[in-house]
Amino acid sequence: AGEGSGPVPGDGSGPPAPERVLFPPTFSVSEIKNKQRRHFMFLRWKQQQRKEKLALKKKRRKEREALGDKAPPKAVPKTIENQRVYDETTVDPNDEEVAFDEATDEFAPYFNRQTVPKILITTSDRPRGRTVRFCEQLATVIPNSHVYYRRGLALKRIIPQCIARDFTDLIVINEDRKIPNGLVLSHLPDGPTAHFRMSSVRLRKEIKRKGKEPTEHVPEVILNNFTTRLGHSIGRMFAALFPHDPQFIGRQVATFHNQRDYIFFRFHRYIFKSEKKVGIQELGPRFTLKLRSLQKGTFDSKFGEYEWIHKRREMDTSRRKFHL
Amino acid sequence: SPQVVWSMLGNRQFCSYKMTTKTQNFCRNEYNLTGLCNRSSCPLANSQYATVREEKGRCYLYMKTIERAAFPRRLWERVLLSKNYEKALEEIDENLIYWPRFIRHKCKQRFTKITQYLIRIRKLTLKRQRKLVPLRRKIERRENRREEKALIAAQLDNAIEKELLERLKQDTYGDIYNFPIHAFDKALQQQDAESESESEAEREEEDDDDDEDVDKREFVEAEESELSDFEDMDKLETSSEEEQEEVKKKASHSKSKGKMPLKGPARRKRPYIEIEYEEETEPSTKTKAA
Repeated sequence: AGEGSGPVPGDGSGPPAPERVLFPPTFSVSEIKNKQRRHFMFLRWKQQQRKEKLALKKKRRKEREALGDKAPPKAVPKTIENQRVYDETTVDPNDEEVAFDEATDEFAPYFNRQTVPKILITTSDRPRGRTVRFCEQLATVIPNSHVYYRRGLALKRIIPQCIARDFTDLIVINEDRKIPNGLVLSHLPDGPTAHFRMSSVRLRKEIKRKGKEPTEHVPEVILNNFTTRLGHSIGRMFAALFPHDPQFIGRQVATFHNQRDYIFFRFHRYIFKSEKKVGIQELGPRFTLKLRSLQKGTFDSKFGEYEWIHKRREMDTSRRKFHL
Repeated sequence: SPQVVWSMLGNRQFCSYKMTTKTQNFCRNEYNLTGLCNRSSCPLANSQYATVREEKGRCYLYMKTIERAAFPRRLWERVLLSKNYEKALEEIDENLIYWPRFIRHKCKQRFTKITQYLIRIRKLTLKRQRKLVPLRRKIERRENRREEKALIAAQLDNAIEKELLERLKQDTYGDIYNFPIHAFDKALQQQDAESESESEAEREEEDDDDDEDVDKREFVEAEESELSDFEDMDKLETSSEEEQEEVKKKASHSKSKGKMPLKGPARRKRPYIEIEYEEETEPSTKTKAA
């Protein structure tokens, strides 16, 4: 026989529980052998828990209202971003050392407006339809970019040719089982190479409520949440893909948003409805990237000097630690 | 004797090296010359046998004779063949002189095949090699889940909108958009001016008034161009004079269609259009608006 007070249910659902069914603290639902009865008791226990919780909430709210101004401030809920482990390499906006580094690194010529970005987009061998279409759409998003087929050429031989033809960046989209799943972004005249894992790629036709095609205007760039040194360098890499002066007539914006080490790329068209409201409409492909490794020189998997590699065993141990 | 061995293993009883398929029998013995299970290719059933095998890129000739049948450890004699193809063939001939034709022939054939595949291996290693990295299911699942959660936490639309509005506030867009932000600024400045001297406030007000004149005039043009559809964006670059003429027609059209939720400025259109053409009444309408 169950130890709970209150009416023991008969067969079926049993009579509805009275208002004040008390579960004595020694009662445990798991001690009832009969599954149906146990289940029923559990549900009632759960309902009671919920009622108690609600009552507690109400009481607290009343107290808060009663106190008025003197009430203690509302507790801020903990989020992963709040609890993030402090990273020593977080960039302070006023840091001179960082500013100096950035003035002299490989992107300095771009940020000093000495070079105009020219991008080469290519894929791994034998790309399938989806990847090809994605490459084309990416080429419309990024101004001054060209798509070339790979045809089994070795990257190490492509790179000198690209440098000779004044390309500033190389994007290689790696494909696996007919979907693109990796991205290698290499800044050409001897610049860093970043290898990303790409996921949730959506082509233009798969995006709901999309607008018309992206036009030829140079879009603006938004880089969100790149806080650490590593994040900064990756952010600069992305910024170096786009020409310096966006054409505001085009009203297009490309966003790289970093959240918990995932970089989300979106391409929107915006319109200001008033000074407080803006409407955005998504055009263009979207994808998410996760950084796997950052290499100092151009692409060289054997002899390259790696600045940062994602090591799963060491870096994935904490849920609140992020690197970008 | 070999005949007995063959009659046992080959035909009747079990041979662990034998693999049967629908059409053929194969022999998995490592010393087998052809790989098939035959009376002449079985290394167990022939007391005089030879094979060519390669180890670490070098080919060896293995030979077995009746004399050593009692010494399993010394059964197979190994001879290193030269790297030169023709020389190696001569060596095979030399070692297998007086041996049955079948074995000699098959040895040479096997040797040829081995050298060919060794050459191909060497060529392939020079080219780019695709490294296959195995996916770890648990990790993939974990990453996907984290990505979804990160996406929810990111609230991308809000973030982008906020960023764009901030850029608008900080005037990165310059004169393209002329919303009456200045009204807010004016209010702020008036508040500041109350704490400061009044003459400065008057000057500021005058400046603001001038700005407002300019703004109001430009405001109309910009607004008109924005009211047009997204598809007509190309027409932005056309001269604004044409648009002004079309404005009145378009205004009525756009209001009736109610396409964009730009009803606020749209409603404000009429008084401003009047201001456009009746400059004398400007101050009076301004006081009304203010």
